[in-house]
Amino acid sequence: MKKYKAKIRITLRSGILDVQGRAVEHALSSLNFDMMSNVRIGKFVELDIEAQNDGQAEEFAKDACEKLIANPIIEDYSISIKEG
Amino acid sequence: MKYGIVVFPGSNCDHDAYHTASVSSGADAVFLWHKDTVIPYDIDCIILPGGFSYGDYLRCGAISNYSNIMKEVVKFANKGGKVIGICNGFQILTESGLLPGTLLRNNSLKFICKDVNLKVNNNKTPFTSEYNQDDVIKIPIAHGDGNYYASEEKIKELEDYNQIVFRYVDENGNASNNSNPNGSINNIAGIVNKEGNVLGMMPHPERYSDAILGCDDGLTVFKSINKL
Repeated sequence: MKKYKAKIRITLRSGILDVQGRAVEHALSSLNFDMMSNVRIGKFVELDIEAQNDGQAEEFAKDACEKLIANPIIEDYSISIKEG
Repeated sequence: MKYGIVVFPGSNCDHDAYHTASVSSGADAVFLWHKDTVIPYDIDCIILPGGFSYGDYLRCGAISNYSNIMKEVVKFANKGGKVIGICNGFQILTESGLLPGTLLRNNSLKFICKDVNLKVNNNKTPFTSEYNQDDVIKIPIAHGDGNYYASEEKIKELEDYNQIVFRYVDENGNASNNSNPNGSINNIAGIVNKEGNVLGMMPHPERYSDAILGCDDGLTVFKSINKL
């Protein structure tokens, strides 16, 4: 068994209005950051996984995302796996 | 009629639900602990009460869905048992898959605690049979994540199968953006599953269940269930 570190990034799916992102965008604009747009707020989850290889670690992480960590109705997720 | 009221860590409307079910509506009621692995055989209706179960960590209702009792609640519902989820209970029901869709952050980003008008959009459910069709009732809401969302196809299905039980309306019964407190699609405040035995609603009927509280419009939900 090897140890892997998974970094999971969760964002609202693109069709869904991100009200937090919109509020932050307004605040940025009031600070004269007019060059910024399309602010999206998400979540970041980090966890350790014991698995035989990185493929299996990713599979475990994906399963956990589908079942609990993300809500596939409204959220997209991406997983990055690193040994160590 | 016997109600079972589930208590999760962070539930805070469990005692209100208990009082309404027992004292106000005149039925029997017991509390069920989230670690319980059995639902007593004589329970007719399960209430998932409002609150902030598991601190709303990760997503509202996400962690509660994996508690011991929820496995039993899903079995109970799939056998036709009546389940009502109020506020956080509604969020748990969507996480469990017993009801479609999900509840997003209110479009105002504010926690909203106020009375709203609801239209009884379907009185042919076990939870609304004592209301008249299209009754306009006053019930309080208290939530930060009550913005009902489902895919376009799911919304069409909910409309086609008459699963939308309550809608946010103005005092004249008209659903508009102004009468929509949180951004819910089609002003949805409460829905049932296709079979009609599971209700989820963001407003709190138990908070308006006695004249001493200023209004008892919500008691009719319990009176309807008691007729079963």
